[in-house]
Amino acid sequence: MSFVLIRDLKVAFDGVQVLHGIDLEIAPGEAVGLVGESGCGKSVTWLAALGLLPGKAQVRGSVMIEGRELIGAPRAQVEAVRGARIAMIFQDPSSSLNPVHRVGRQICESLRLHRGLRGAAARSQAIALMDMVGIPSAATRIDLYPHEFSGGQCQRLLIAMALAGKPDLLVADEPTTALDATIQAQILDLLSNLRRQTGMAMVFISHDLGAVSAVCDRAAVMYAGRIVEQNDIGRLFDAPRHPYTRGLFDAIPDLDAGRARLHPVPGTVPDPRKLPRGCAFSARCAAASGLCQDHQPELRPQRQGGLLACFHPAQEPAARRQEMLA
Amino acid sequence: MNAILQATGLVQQYTTAKSLFGKPGTVRAVDGVDLTVNPGEVVGIVGESGSGKSTLGRMLLGLEAPFSGRVSYLGRPMPAPRSAEWRRLRAQMQLIFQDPLAALDRRLTVAAQIAEPLDIHRIASGAERQERVAALIHRVGLRPDQARRYPHELSGGQRQRVVIARALASQPRFLVCDEPVSALDVSIQAQVVNLLRDLQEREGLSMVFISHDLKVVRNICDRVAVMYLGRIVEEAPSDRIFADPRHPYTQALVSSVPKAGAGLRGRIILQGEPPNPAARPAGCAFHPRCRIADAACAAKVPALERHDGRLAACLKLQSNQRTAA
Repeated sequence: MSFVLIRDLKVAFDGVQVLHGIDLEIAPGEAVGLVGESGCGKSVTWLAALGLLPGKAQVRGSVMIEGRELIGAPRAQVEAVRGARIAMIFQDPSSSLNPVHRVGRQICESLRLHRGLRGAAARSQAIALMDMVGIPSAATRIDLYPHEFSGGQCQRLLIAMALAGKPDLLVADEPTTALDATIQAQILDLLSNLRRQTGMAMVFISHDLGAVSAVCDRAAVMYAGRIVEQNDIGRLFDAPRHPYTRGLFDAIPDLDAGRARLHPVPGTVPDPRKLPRGCAFSARCAAASGLCQDHQPELRPQRQGGLLACFHPAQEPAARRQEMLA
Repeated sequence: MNAILQATGLVQQYTTAKSLFGKPGTVRAVDGVDLTVNPGEVVGIVGESGSGKSTLGRMLLGLEAPFSGRVSYLGRPMPAPRSAEWRRLRAQMQLIFQDPLAALDRRLTVAAQIAEPLDIHRIASGAERQERVAALIHRVGLRPDQARRYPHELSGGQRQRVVIARALASQPRFLVCDEPVSALDVSIQAQVVNLLRDLQEREGLSMVFISHDLKVVRNICDRVAVMYLGRIVEEAPSDRIFADPRHPYTQALVSSVPKAGAGLRGRIILQGEPPNPAARPAGCAFHPRCRIADAACAAKVPALERHDGRLAACLKLQSNQRTAA
């Protein structure tokens, strides 16, 4: 049974719909990537699922945690899940920590809320968590303030706080975007080690396809509030079929390639207030036809695995595979 | 070949605020950098935050006077910042920043922003001014009707195009781009990178391209300098430095770039974080994080020397050959 089951999740702000029915399942222990450009709804999906959106947001649809509904559930019930069963970390670590409290106190708060630990027990557990996320000399640094840690260490502290409730699922929203390259590598390494140690599931939200492929088993590509393609990491990267997924892959410069011109996706993301009637990507798509402009392609299971929402997907890679084998 | 820009022994030093325990300290943001930019060349500067790459960029443009060392532009020394002579020179040297919304005046239309340098440097007025603005808007791939828009009505990529158009208005010969595409989405990033490449090739611009994104630097730069804590640790043609990095820091940096579909295997994960420039380690500044450092590295500062078709500053270059391959 899946741990999280999201069905037809829709979100609107001030009458403008930004999420158009998201279906997503997370199995226990699985790592799933959510990929897309800014404004595609990858963060909103999880903020909505965990009830973290402002009051003006209209959320419809269903988010089930082990069979229990979260959308519209009483506050106490949502709070029993948020932070405890499902923890979330964000892009900017320094603004997620309270600057006027010692980091130890902030980690202990999380331990008290989710595990009922207090006093010396909480403190020793907090030190253990700081050790676990790789903060050197945790026992002496537990009483420092957030500004006394670097950006990478602040992100480690947030991960420690997130782990305090022993979550079954960690939602990491662009956790490495604000960090330097070598620190990014450290955090990715830490996240995949922690997952191996604890067996928790992970949702990794990122625009960095390389980072997603490094830590996830499966990924969903989002565009303008919809999932357009979903597949195992291997299949998705070997043979992207949605023109937008292919466009994203082609747009990234390759470190091993020479100075060839890049292949950008033409145009820009549509305004959510003025979405085209049919496929939201049709205006930027080279393969689009009249059908695409008038009708919305549905996300359908594919014969060779994965899900796809496109009337004119790229060819299956069978021919290419055989060529490579020959 | 006569260099368009030459920097010798550049040092920038800032005084830190007085701490609780006494006298103010000094921080060397840039610590002895030599850099040459040839006509029509794109030189990349990569490094992590605090490595001094932006400070270096500002000194190359004369926006900051160096603490010591000198910058010469077309063989003549860079005039003092904000002097009349420097202002005249600024028409030829422009800067493009990371955040286009912060670089633009939100109360001015796109056309007015692009026209500003034309007024400041008294390049064009009247009908010619309008023509120039229209031509610039066309050159950076904006639509003519977007001339009347305000910055908030444009997308991030379009705003960066406006910034580029404004930088090109005074027909510069030398451009410093400081993280010009870092704030943009992947698909838009590629559009702006291609635009910069086209403009550079068509007008023969010389460029210094500062970025932490190695993939973009690989694509746009002819030559790359890697900075660590205020010093250049390796400098080589772009093809060479990415295919066969020799300095252990460059090796870690190159291997830290996540490759699509490659997983985390075989990556060099550095221990620790870049040190605080205020507390520079003795000897080679990289030695506390280095895989191959020994006692000698903690004692001696390695000089930037010629090594196998590149410049590198490491005491272990001979023994480190190909170990990371």
